[in-house]
Amino acid sequence: MVSTVVFWLAAAVAIVGAGGVLLAKHPVHSALSLVLNLAALGVLFLLLHAEFLAVVEILVYAGAVMVLFLFVVTLLMAGTKTPRDEGRFRLAYQYLLAGLFGLILFVLVAHALVGADWMSSLAATNAGGSFGSIAAFGTALFTKYLLPFELTAVVLLVAVIGVIFLGREHGATRK
Amino acid sequence: MAAVIIIVIKGLILAVLLLTAFGVLTLTERKVLGRFQFRPGPNRVGPGGSFQFLADGLKLMLKEEIIPNGADRFVFLLAPTISLVAALFAFAVIPWGPPIHLFGQTIPMEIGGPNVGILFLFAITSLGVYGLILGGWSSQNKYSLLGGLRSSAQIISYELAMGLSVVGVLIAAGSADLNNIVSAQTNLWFIVPQIIGFLIYVVCMVAETNRAPFDLPEAENELVAGYHTEYTGMKFAMFFMAEYINMVTVSSLATTLFLGGWHGPWLPPEIWFIIKVAAFMFFFIWLRATLPRLRYDRLMAFGWKVLLPVALANALATAVWVSVVAR
Repeated sequence: MVSTVVFWLAAAVAIVGAGGVLLAKHPVHSALSLVLNLAALGVLFLLLHAEFLAVVEILVYAGAVMVLFLFVVTLLMAGTKTPRDEGRFRLAYQYLLAGLFGLILFVLVAHALVGADWMSSLAATNAGGSFGSIAAFGTALFTKYLLPFELTAVVLLVAVIGVIFLGREHGATRK
Repeated sequence: MAAVIIIVIKGLILAVLLLTAFGVLTLTERKVLGRFQFRPGPNRVGPGGSFQFLADGLKLMLKEEIIPNGADRFVFLLAPTISLVAALFAFAVIPWGPPIHLFGQTIPMEIGGPNVGILFLFAITSLGVYGLILGGWSSQNKYSLLGGLRSSAQIISYELAMGLSVVGVLIAAGSADLNNIVSAQTNLWFIVPQIIGFLIYVVCMVAETNRAPFDLPEAENELVAGYHTEYTGMKFAMFFMAEYINMVTVSSLATTLFLGGWHGPWLPPEIWFIIKVAAFMFFFIWLRATLPRLRYDRLMAFGWKVLLPVALANALATAVWVSVVAR
């Protein structure tokens, strides 16, 4: 009963947030809408008993990634004027491209939803016990999904090395 | 339904307690700082100046609220709200006493005890940084903007070392649930085996709350007052409250993780909890009265090049100890 109310609230907030990302005129407002959307998704994860995923969603995406987004956006667009006010970044062909990719995504999601086995997924989330706990999550990560996990780690390592390479002072010797 | 009512009541009690603690803390800080600097501190309002915090609160409430002309009004109002809400919300998972039995129900002292308790706390406190960065940006003032950017860089950097410093405790306790961590310390507080983690945590908790000597975001000789330069009246007071409540929260977490939580002889557990947190609060004031502010590049270098590797090594060493030696 309570969880149904929470679900509809969180779902509504998630959609409002997603809409805000697209419709906001200033990038800072878009970023804030995305934070709202991520927080609502965190609540939805909680309702599915995926506590760890919910917390990681907020900790990593809302708490770190989006802060860095805002960091860059607030520094580059320090004023409250929107790009549109200044006559820059007029969209021409982007509408068409966005529409095309949106359509592809919609077909994929619809296809996945039509073929989904709802009852067994529902049984899994309602199983209780260790589902969604840190232990269950960690075990799955280091056994069943070890290869993708390690590959992701390599990709992240490459990114870290790249950042250090790009961020170093040109021509400067190490102090 | 009863469960919902209990949670609402507990939330109200906790909010009132935290805001009272904020009032008492501002007074204590001014009095103690005064003693550190060989002056009496506030001593005019009430006996010995003890009503000073009421006078301060009244002043802040009655002050004119100014919103700068060029400011983004919505975000300007949102920023202090985020700060205060995140600060109050984070305390919800801290068990500050054993469960009590009332009207035939067992009521835990914390509002919610998810099995990912400590991660939840970190997730919420990581949202608090939005208040600072948005307050800095929406004010449309270069000092505010620079203060906001500094604070977000500082908080993100030290959050990593802070998170890693408690991994040792999580491994030793075998759980991320704060209640299990407290009960794992019945015989031995984690400050003894996890002394390195504790020291890193203490440094990080001072940096995370933007307190001296890490109060770079509001370094007044370079940034006026940092992100809250343009804030007045109650909106300023909300940032102020958030800072002090965050101090209480990180101190409570330190108590829970390293000092055995509410465990202690003779006195009631809640009193023990308050004593331990109060000791940390005194430490905060002591630091402020003693140490000069760090330079910004030194602060970042210290966080990334010293604290983070040491915290990683500590987590690794604890993992080896628990899985090889202690088994």
